[in-house]
Amino acid sequence: MITLKEALRKSREELDRLRLEIEEKARESNLNAYIDFSKSGDGVPILIKDNIQVKDWTITSGSKILQGYIAPYNATVIENLKANGLSPFGRANMDEFAMGSTTESSYYGVTKNPYGEDRVAGGSSGGSASAVAGGIAICALGSDTGGSIRQPASYCGCVGMKPTYGRVSRYGLASYASSLDQIGPITQNVEDSAILYDIISSYDPKDSTSSNLELIPTAKNLNPDRKLKIAVIDNYIREASSDVQNTYKIAIEALKSEGHTIIHKEMTNTKYDIASYYIIATAEATTNLARYDGIRYGSRVEGDNLQETYLNSRNQFGDEVKRRILLGNFVLSSGFYDAYYLKAQKVRHIIRDEFNKIFKEADLILSPVAPTVAPKIGSFKDPLEMYKSDMFTISINLAGLPAISLPISRDSEGMPIGLQLIGNLFSEQTLFDGAMSLERAVNYI
Amino acid sequence: MFETVIGLEVHVQLNTKTKLFCSCPTSFAEHQNINTCPTCLALPGALPVVNREAVIKAMRFGYAVNATVNHISNFDRKSYFYPDSPSAYQITQLYRAVVQNGELFIDLDNGTKKRIGITQAHLEADAGKNIHDGDISKVDLNRAGTPLMEIVSEPDMRSASEAVAYLKKLHSTVRYLDISDANMQEGSFRCDVNVSIRPKGQKEFGTRVEIKNINSFKFVASAINYEVQRQIEAYEDGIYKDEVIQETRLWDTDRGVTKSMRGKEEAADYRYFPDPDLRPLVVTDEMIEEAKKMPELPDAKVKRYIEELKIKRVDALIICSDKELAQFFEEMLSRGASAKTSVNWLTTELLGRLNKSGYSIIDSPVSGKKLGELVSKIDSGAINGKGAKDILDVLMEEDRDIDELIESMGLAQISDDRAILEIIDNILSKNQDKVEEYRGGKVKLIGFFVGQVMKASRGSANPQKVNQLLRERLK
Repeated sequence: MITLKEALRKSREELDRLRLEIEEKARESNLNAYIDFSKSGDGVPILIKDNIQVKDWTITSGSKILQGYIAPYNATVIENLKANGLSPFGRANMDEFAMGSTTESSYYGVTKNPYGEDRVAGGSSGGSASAVAGGIAICALGSDTGGSIRQPASYCGCVGMKPTYGRVSRYGLASYASSLDQIGPITQNVEDSAILYDIISSYDPKDSTSSNLELIPTAKNLNPDRKLKIAVIDNYIREASSDVQNTYKIAIEALKSEGHTIIHKEMTNTKYDIASYYIIATAEATTNLARYDGIRYGSRVEGDNLQETYLNSRNQFGDEVKRRILLGNFVLSSGFYDAYYLKAQKVRHIIRDEFNKIFKEADLILSPVAPTVAPKIGSFKDPLEMYKSDMFTISINLAGLPAISLPISRDSEGMPIGLQLIGNLFSEQTLFDGAMSLERAVNYI
Repeated sequence: MFETVIGLEVHVQLNTKTKLFCSCPTSFAEHQNINTCPTCLALPGALPVVNREAVIKAMRFGYAVNATVNHISNFDRKSYFYPDSPSAYQITQLYRAVVQNGELFIDLDNGTKKRIGITQAHLEADAGKNIHDGDISKVDLNRAGTPLMEIVSEPDMRSASEAVAYLKKLHSTVRYLDISDANMQEGSFRCDVNVSIRPKGQKEFGTRVEIKNINSFKFVASAINYEVQRQIEAYEDGIYKDEVIQETRLWDTDRGVTKSMRGKEEAADYRYFPDPDLRPLVVTDEMIEEAKKMPELPDAKVKRYIEELKIKRVDALIICSDKELAQFFEEMLSRGASAKTSVNWLTTELLGRLNKSGYSIIDSPVSGKKLGELVSKIDSGAINGKGAKDILDVLMEEDRDIDELIESMGLAQISDDRAILEIIDNILSKNQDKVEEYRGGKVKLIGFFVGQVMKASRGSANPQKVNQLLRERLK
């Protein structure tokens, strides 16, 4: 598949042919990465995760409850794409309301991994990553609340980037956890990631959490020759599988060969990240999802009275969504607020402080994305096991930092293993520079 | 003996152009669900952005009641399901409101003032409306997201009349500040009452009962009095613990009773927490400057009327209690009418006529300027009081030129000395005997002479002038 950089130089006729080609290939594919082939405009086609609003498209967040809902407006990122020669092309499969790490919770069924059809593509942006890695999309948009861009990119062997919180407008992204959600690019390489990041990032007065700090384009300033100080978190890597540990070693050697300085650091046990993440995310989610009541839009299941109609309609949520709604209601309920939500916020501050301390010495941090390669479909029997697989990604969302996951190597069965570089707030340029250098050094195929 | 403890929660609809978190107009819409957008419909992906005008209006209220205006405040989500609440949570301010620790002074009947503390005033979004139509229910979200300011008082009131005085003062304050239409019938000024009783001398508060759904000052008093009576009876009957529980009751206007709405066991858990879609609300210097631009408020106006215009306190209180009344009064003065005569003609003559014909001061057929003009004619002696009343009666029916009316109704008052003296001399010469009696000491006859002169002038002579000139002639 041609890269985004190449596609942006194509003529109108060439793009018309390209879209037909992509659609044909995607329709033949078994990956179940595309939900449908909606189109909006005749620019460079880009696959859109099913929770980003495209005007006049059916947008459902991978859920039964939003069947039939047609978005009446464009998300700000969609406006940005259109203003820069890209056109939304197809809806990408995802975990229902972005809750999950495998796309198994999607109403549309699981998305498969292009490197093994019995493997998950990861989640929640599994459709986006699978399509890009599987050669049926030039690039895609995903959303990342606790690793939902970086983890599927790592599982599928493509590049997934989560911008600094506030850099990309959330206006038009169906909220999961408002203080953690961020839209980001999923691409075939680091340069495309920077190009797409430049296009989608903007200050948006319609999003109160949007940052109005000056934006400097990163793609045209990319410099893989910069020598950086990169921190590795030694106690993190001990929690990963041996394949991931080996990959880590490969990456460190590659970075050293590129002339970067490696420094060693420790961070608090990831179990606190997981606990505080699942309190904050579910508290926000339970209220964000309360609007799906079957009254104004989406799929309503009538009952004999209002209460029953609520229950019947909301019973259309899948198990994982219900579980998180219950958890969120529990942690916010009267008498528990201080013990859970408030404490989780304190932990969040501690995590932020820890990162700040490291960034006083280091430009970037190198970290695993997931503890293992993509698991087999259906292998997570216990939700807690799945939650634990987010251990390396969620602290980045809690701290609002930018991070990029890129493929480094493969395990013995050929499954891709990615690692992530984490940058300080608003240091996307450094992040892309370091990632490009690592990409060049490991030469992943 | 029991003491009544009352605290009030008042919801004031702010008169901003647009809603609190989106740019939909707050104005009247011809059809249901017209003034809506992705944000106030809570569509997937839509986000709230705080309306600056609403914040400034809340801040202005804060400054007007000597409150702390927090430079940083927060918005919180209050969760509950109801079809008129599109996001199933209300955005409000629980943990840190924009306005805290204010006060309002009420004027008691004995002429003293009492301080009522204001705990906080916070911004929140209004819900839409459910319309029940036979078997089906409809939802109209035109009102959803309209800015409300909830003003929470301290439990400082001790009687229904104090509560009503506080409400009236609050009402006139928000009207003066022009931050709300504050129309109780239309729901832009809504009041919830918290009432408890305790034996006199007891320090702890009794069980607080909340009464909702009261839409007039009169009903506030009735509802409190009913509820106090109910609680006292329960106490005296020894069933206070069972009968008086912390609950919400509704005021039933028709039956004149409060009714239990929902009990403690079903008390809603609103699961408050900070709204992650909104950053802390930070107040800028520019906003502070704008919020502090304030009109003259009731207390200052009363003081000025008493000190500068020399109006009686009771009159000043009446006129200043209502922004429109005070405006009307000041328009009268702008036409050269004297303050003293204006008070009487506004509060007695005009208001009396307005009451009788079902008008309020806002839709008075006679404008402040017109009445001022009429009063200045009385002041100058061009017409007398009786003539002015006749003219006012005409003006209530149609807007006419006052000079023309004086002319056509023959009400011009003769104040010219020579013309009056001519009549006096004529009367005195016809009644020489009475003149002698008067000069002989029967001074009461002055009334007879005045009457004769007035009669001869067909009422058009200035009575003060007649009196004065007669006395001189009779010396």
